[in-house]
Amino acid sequence: MTELSPARHGRRPETVAAPSRLRLADLAGKIRGDHLIYVASILGMIVLWHVIATTFFKPQFFPGPLLVLATGQEMVASGELFEHVSISLQRILAGFLIGSAIAAPAGLVMGSVRIVRAIFDPYAQFFRFVPSLAWLTPVVLWFGIGEISKVLIIIYTTMFIVLINTMVGVAHIAPNKLRAAACLGATPVKSFVHVTLPATLPFILTGMRLAMGNSFATVVAAEMIAADSGLGYLIFNSRLWMATDKIFIGIVCLGTLGLITDRFFRYLVVRFAHQYGPIE
Amino acid sequence: MEFLVARDVSYQYPARRGADLPSVLSHFSLDLVEGEFFCLLGPSGCGKTTVLNLMAGFLAPTTGTITLAGRPIEGPGVDRTVVFQGDDALFNWLRTIDNVAFGLRMRGVAEARRHEIAREYLHLVNLDGQDDKYPAELSGGMKQRVQIARVLATEPKILLMDEPFGALDAQTRSRLQDELVEIWRKTSKTIVFITHDIAEAVLLADRIGVMTKGPGSRLGAIIPVDLPRPRRRGSPGFGDMWEHINTLIESEEAGAS
Repeated sequence: MTELSPARHGRRPETVAAPSRLRLADLAGKIRGDHLIYVASILGMIVLWHVIATTFFKPQFFPGPLLVLATGQEMVASGELFEHVSISLQRILAGFLIGSAIAAPAGLVMGSVRIVRAIFDPYAQFFRFVPSLAWLTPVVLWFGIGEISKVLIIIYTTMFIVLINTMVGVAHIAPNKLRAAACLGATPVKSFVHVTLPATLPFILTGMRLAMGNSFATVVAAEMIAADSGLGYLIFNSRLWMATDKIFIGIVCLGTLGLITDRFFRYLVVRFAHQYGPIE
Repeated sequence: MEFLVARDVSYQYPARRGADLPSVLSHFSLDLVEGEFFCLLGPSGCGKTTVLNLMAGFLAPTTGTITLAGRPIEGPGVDRTVVFQGDDALFNWLRTIDNVAFGLRMRGVAEARRHEIAREYLHLVNLDGQDDKYPAELSGGMKQRVQIARVLATEPKILLMDEPFGALDAQTRSRLQDELVEIWRKTSKTIVFITHDIAEAVLLADRIGVMTKGPGSRLGAIIPVDLPRPRRRGSPGFGDMWEHINTLIESEEAGAS
């Protein structure tokens, strides 16, 4: 649960007494130090990968980084890799954004209005234990093999994580905040807009970050079973040809894309929502 | 003219698993005088906060009535605003100025105007120049000042304060006590101030209402404090008053148990 619960109070350091310019300089130094360690860590891992792969294994069994890089260059040159990456990313983003757009308001209302929660909570609790892939065949039957099915599957995956997190967020609002708003003249609707929504935002954003990871996992599985493009398809199809190097390309791409989207998401949160006290 | 009046108020939390819970209050009665500084004093757990929640309209009395200027209290209202003990009542995503302007925003006052008003109240609570800070960037004493400015900005008839300085260090508390008396003098609001600290009550109040021990507590003695202001803990009469109230509470506790 700790992972789902953002800090109740803002993250910004106490700047009451400390001169802020000095703090910023400290921070910049710290970031640079961290970045160096990042890069060193990644380079070290690649070297280790190279040594292990070339010393102990055949390339078909465990391709080294140089082979993967060479194959990757070919695939980039032919445009194949870009196609797979872009189609997977489109499916993830569409499903992720639509799913969040449905689940966040739904979670806010379910968290705030007892009757609505009583009506929908059993369904939320039931379906969140049914993995999206269990739905793959019915969804393909009903909506065809096209993009709609894959996006629907990702919407489904995203929805429950964001929904549950949002409801937890609403439950965590300090009662004094709502009471303060009420005696300052906020009607229930205004209190919802001006207190419940902003107070829950960190939880919604955390839910979205978690859901992003699940969207990646789900798109790959969906593409393995019902697609002729995307990184999941690339990985699964390469299996037939024992093209282990291409599978590794797929793996590296997924990890990199996930890392980049998460960083980008965090950047947006810090840039535009820092005052809501999101976890970083 | 009558101001805030509580008559024979009792409050009982809703039964849990069929079992009735004991009444927090029974036969609680109180007449407030407009413009007075009233301290409600009592041991923790005696139902002081319940009284405040009833006055604020967060709870409704099980029996009895509470009226303000003859009209029964039905739910929270801008004429009775609350300063809470903890800092979790501040809106941590809003800057100081917007926290103070929140009530005005709810009333539909335009941004420039409400910031102007909010700045006046921030000045009143000695928080000039802190407009753009978020609550997390303020010290405990500053946060309570923001809360006080925030409730004053809506121009309530009564300020309900629930041990607002309870979590502060002694020095900050003492400063805020002085400042609160000064604010009270300038704004001539009625203040209901809850505390379990006898010295704090003697320092601040026109009248001190001592609550009896719970459950089923009510207002016991009401003690007028006619010491001249500004008061100091070392002022003549302060110690006697403290002793008098302390004896009262001790005999009450001994009698009840």
